Amino acid sequence: MASVNLEKIVKTYPNGFEAVHGVDLEVRDGEFMVFVGPSGCSKSTILRMIAGLESISGGELKIGNTVVNNLRAKERGIAMVFQNYALYPHMKVYDNMAFGLKLAGLPKQEIHERVTQAAKMLEMEQLLDRLPRQLSGGQAQRVAVGRCIVKRPEVFLFDEPLSNLDAKLRASMRVRLTELHRELRDRGQPSTAIYVTHDQVEAMTMGERICVLKDGTIQQVDTPTTLYDRPVNAFVAGFIGSPEMNIRPATVVARDGGLGVEIGDTMLPLPAAYSDALGNRIGQKVQFGIRPENIGTPRSIFAAGSQERASVANCTFRLREHMGNEVYTYFDLGGHEFAARVPTDFAGEIDKAERGQTIPLGFVMDKAHIFDADTGLNLTLSALQPA
Amino acid sequence: MSSDTVATALPKTRIPSNAEVLRTQRRERISLALRYLILGSVGLLMLYPLFWLLGASFKSNQEIFTTIWFLPRDLTQLLDFSAYYNGWMTRTEFTFATYFLNSFLIVIPRVIVTLISCTLVAYSFARFEYPGKKFLFSIMIGTMLLPPIVLRVPQYLMFKELGMIDTYWPLILPSAFAVDTFFTFLVVQFLRGTPRDMEEAAIIDGCNALQLLWHIVVPLLKPALISVALFQFIWTMNDFIGPLIYISTVEKYPVSLALKMSMDVSGEVEWANIIAISIVALLPSLTVFFLAQRYFIEGATSSGIKG
Ligand SMILES: Nc1ncnc2c1ncn2[C@@H]1O[C@H](COP(=O)(O)OP(=O)(O)OP(=O)(O)O)[C@@H](O)[C@H]1O
Ligand SMILES: [Mg+2]
Repeated sequence: MASVNLEKIVKTYPNGFEAVHGVDLEVRDGEFMVFVGPSGCSKSTILRMIAGLESISGGELKIGNTVVNNLRAKERGIAMVFQNYALYPHMKVYDNMAFGLKLAGLPKQEIHERVTQAAKMLEMEQLLDRLPRQLSGGQAQRVAVGRCIVKRPEVFLFDEPLSNLDAKLRASMRVRLTELHRELRDRGQPSTAIYVTHDQVEAMTMGERICVLKDGTIQQVDTPTTLYDRPVNAFVAGFIGSPEMNIRPATVVARDGGLGVEIGDTMLPLPAAYSDALGNRIGQKVQFGIRPENIGTPRSIFAAGSQERASVANCTFRLREHMGNEVYTYFDLGGHEFAARVPTDFAGEIDKAERGQTIPLGFVMDKAHIFDADTGLNLTLSALQPA
Repeated sequence: MSSDTVATALPKTRIPSNAEVLRTQRRERISLALRYLILGSVGLLMLYPLFWLLGASFKSNQEIFTTIWFLPRDLTQLLDFSAYYNGWMTRTEFTFATYFLNSFLIVIPRVIVTLISCTLVAYSFARFEYPGKKFLFSIMIGTMLLPPIVLRVPQYLMFKELGMIDTYWPLILPSAFAVDTFFTFLVVQFLRGTPRDMEEAAIIDGCNALQLLWHIVVPLLKPALISVALFQFIWTMNDFIGPLIYISTVEKYPVSLALKMSMDVSGEVEWANIIAISIVALLPSLTVFFLAQRYFIEGATSSGIKG
């Protein structure tokens, strides 16, 4: 039973580069926490500090109730899965899994039980006497996970474990890992997990809570839906979601009976709820953000029942991409490029549109976000409905 | 209508293409034969001295110095192994059994201490951070550029001080301190090219630095260590100057010195004997090489594990 607590954690590498700037985070007992962020944002660094593979330059790290800053890796009760699997190439799968237990001096009988149980859980009993080089990537990754499970650690650490697999396998391993975590938790075994990835789809689907990082600082820690609906700043808004949110420069303007945003020469009215937050910003430059699924043809908007909240603007059609159930539509509004996701059933006028043709598209404005132009902070957070 | 033309056109085009295939095949076979012929003859040319050596061990002195053809004129001489027997017995009171034993008494301990010292030093250079590491490493590389001759005199004086002249210590002891810089360098480079993940996984599994070395690093280094052992074996086996300087008692001579001694004996030298024993002296190195070859190839194809 262990939570992981980071307090003002700082990492300065020997070359003087400060990679982590005072991170505060609590990972609750049994929780599946995902660290996500672009390459080089120090996800791995933080994970490796928790693992005990990197020294901690400042702050306090607790696992359970113990401060572990100066404990060695093996005393922290953690296990880790690496991106390249890191199986011992000269040992059979069985010995790979048993190695840590042997070092810990567990009796042979116990080791055997734990290894066979883990192998059964991961459906790899038939692999036990193979060498790592005789395994496929997916099998090797399962062995790496098995090697962690047998240790019954308090905390599981994963550093981009699926990024070497092909897309299909990645999707199925994603489900497996999530299931495995729930299974361990249901059995009452310790199962706190920290999972590093730069893939926001993995983060959204696997994480119970997600920690979004950028340049060694935490941007937001929240559940996937909250991150999606109520991003605290433009970075989180742009990073979470695919295709990503349209975030374009705009100006707040006054209109009769409320406020609006002006994008180029087009004005879109903002809902009344935004007036409090934006009233003192009339005439100022901001960033206007709206997710592609909140833009649609008048028919799709009507079908979704959001016609009262939407406003229609004339847009210049550029390109469409058929994805099967949806059509990704790229168009210009006020001189800026936008993307929309329209359900195929309501995409009739888009299908017929020619490049450069003017088409009317609806914007669901109470899903729009307004970000400060300089700091990127979400100014409309208070007005957005809670998830 | 277009599908009709395709159907009728097909068989027509197929017949000439068959001939074409045959022509290409023939051309490829000829060029292959030519390539084998050229490579084979060059290879034979390079191996000829070895064949000649083998044949010469069955010839008389007179024939050795007058013919270039490798087989003896009288082929029945090939059944006469007396040169091997005489060479083995030597004209001294010791047989080559003694000299071979002596060689092994030098070579085997030396290979072992080389492996241990190289691994330890390379591990430290490749995996640990400590002050002065860069400086120490450049000094080590520096000694690689130093001609070994330069060290002979001071080393001799040092070992004389230590009372180790006419023992095998001067030939073995230096290797216990990783002075075979080339080998150390080889292992350092190999280790630098090996990902650290496995070692990190082992640290999390609970290894301390020495367990890490023994359970993880040494197995990873196997191909490199086999190369080191092989070269050290062959080079030490063939080393002549070292024993010449330090060993003065005939009873302690290794093979290389004993061979030279057989040539020095005044009076009529039976060259066939010497040649015969030179061939025997090649055998240990050859055997070790062929035993190690399998691991060489394995090491080259399976270094690390696939992604
Ligand atoms: N040993 C080191 N010495 C100096 N700087 C380092 C070292 N290791 C990492 N860094 C720097 O620290 C920053 C964070 O690196 P880290 O590996 O944690 O990124 P990451 O978020 O895991 O990226 P990725 O998604 O590419 O794995 C990077 O800017 C990197 O250049
Ligand atoms: Mg990383």
